Amino acid sequence: MGDRPAFSNLMKEIKTGKFVFTGELEPTKMVDISEIIHSAEAMKEYVVAANVTDGPQGMAYINSLIPSYLVQEKVGLETVYQMTVRDRNRIALFGDILAAACVGIKNVLALTGDHSALGDNPGAKSVYDLDSTQFVYLLGKMIDENTDIYGNEIETGKVEMNVGIAANPNASPREAEILKVGRKVAVGADYIQTQTAFDIDDAKDFIKELSRYNCPILLGLFPLKNYGIASYFDKFIPGVSVPEDLLKNLKHVKKNIKDKKERKVKIDEINLEFFVPFIREIKKSTAAAGIHCMAVHYERLFEPLLKEFR
Amino acid sequence: MIITKLKDIDEIYEMIKPYSKILIAGCDGCCQPPRSINEAKVLGQMLELKSKMNGKKLTWKAMTVLRQCDDRIAGSTVRPYLDEYEAIVSLACGLGVSMLNRIFEDTLTFPAQDSMFGASENHGDNRYEQYCDTCGECLLGETAGICPVASCAKGLHNGPCGGQVDGFCEVGGYKYPCAWIQIYERLKKFNRLDLFNKFRPPKDYRLMTSPGHLELIQEYTNAIEEEEVEK
Ligand code: SF4
Ligand code: SF4
Repeated sequence: MGDRPAFSNLMKEIKTGKFVFTGELEPTKMVDISEIIHSAEAMKEYVVAANVTDGPQGMAYINSLIPSYLVQEKVGLETVYQMTVRDRNRIALFGDILAAACVGIKNVLALTGDHSALGDNPGAKSVYDLDSTQFVYLLGKMIDENTDIYGNEIETGKVEMNVGIAANPNASPREAEILKVGRKVAVGADYIQTQTAFDIDDAKDFIKELSRYNCPILLGLFPLKNYGIASYFDKFIPGVSVPEDLLKNLKHVKKNIKDKKERKVKIDEINLEFFVPFIREIKKSTAAAGIHCMAVHYERLFEPLLKEFR
Repeated sequence: MIITKLKDIDEIYEMIKPYSKILIAGCDGCCQPPRSINEAKVLGQMLELKSKMNGKKLTWKAMTVLRQCDDRIAGSTVRPYLDEYEAIVSLACGLGVSMLNRIFEDTLTFPAQDSMFGASENHGDNRYEQYCDTCGECLLGETAGICPVASCAKGLHNGPCGGQVDGFCEVGGYKYPCAWIQIYERLKKFNRLDLFNKFRPPKDYRLMTSPGHLELIQEYTNAIEEEEVEK
């Protein structure tokens, strides 16, 4: 692709060569989204945009469009509307993109989505009418040609959005992952956002391999708010292992520090010790365009984590 | 062959409760595990016992059909019993149950089984595998003979998804292989990653929408039969 204009602030900043940061918001089974609004406010100063997740782990949650819209409206923070192809066929995807464009959403992250069998409504019929690559193709049709998949024209207005895709640095065999990303980029992605990485050398390798596509890359990082989250990640998120030292240090805090305030300080310290040099290294010696920081419910880390990079 | 699973006896009993005389029809066709005359007899005994426990008398007869999904065979084999029995319980797959209901308009046929999938028999691994989902537009030529529609849990045309870990699929707890990694590895072996890299556009699901159009196939068989008669 490459010749699609930068419609979003995220894409504009990437194009100016600035090292960008994005955040993540995870609306769940909720009607009142004030918690999401608060999180967005807390990270607003530090990130150019925030992703709004779409039923991660196959869960039945509030759709991501309305929170994406409300965060932009109420907080003034640009959002990345995450969309999976799990729950919608091409008609519904098309309709939701029109709706998103109608309310001023400028970024969409096109995802396959975890299978509904993994979630809390496990008997649901998963759709997968399009796969994520075909969804990128649909988005290309809508944005670049102003039509649906079959060439039927969009009557009024234009879809002005930039398209992100996902890549998994933990995938093995890696070549299959790299080639698959290439296939998606060729169909019309504007940027690549990776899943979380904990191994710096591995992350650098991955970025290097993806660099051949000349498509900006945001490396995903996941600061660990407490030992519970870290060990959950380590044990239950397949393919991801949290470095032993990091786990050990967090466990030590959990065991030995009883005072809540003190505990927080120590946890932040551990995260900063790990992630600041990590980001420094990525910024210095890779072609990555920025960092996608999945510090969900851990917004207090943004300030100390990102201050030297702003 | 069609892989089937016997329904719970209580569920079958609930279906036949209103009747006191039933015909139990096995099928000698492709359904797996086999559901022939012996299985029909066992089911009859179980239903009789169940009825007795509920204070009812059940009369039943077990018989079997060469292939319940063929109207001529099923029709001629089952028809002689129809007058004596009020309802039929079929041990065939859904095709057989439907066939009996359609050819015998005045008799209800009930399913004793759940039909799972069309399978290939893999003796090497001692497994039945769903290798095809009859999607109407075969992609095997691009995927080294491994079907992404049937063997990928999401039926993706441009996989793998982010849910594969070391070649195993997120669906089913990383127990089953990821079809797209199998496709990748097999294409790589033949130096055909060009096919892996290819973008496959959205599928036309009209080709896969039920009901399937069987009359076309029937036309072929008729034509072949006519040819043979002429010879
Ligand atoms: S692509 Fe798969 S489901 Fe479709 S016809 Fe071929 S083997 Fe069958
Ligand atoms: S892990 Fe592989 S087989 Fe499973 S859904 Fe994803 S691509 Fe398909």
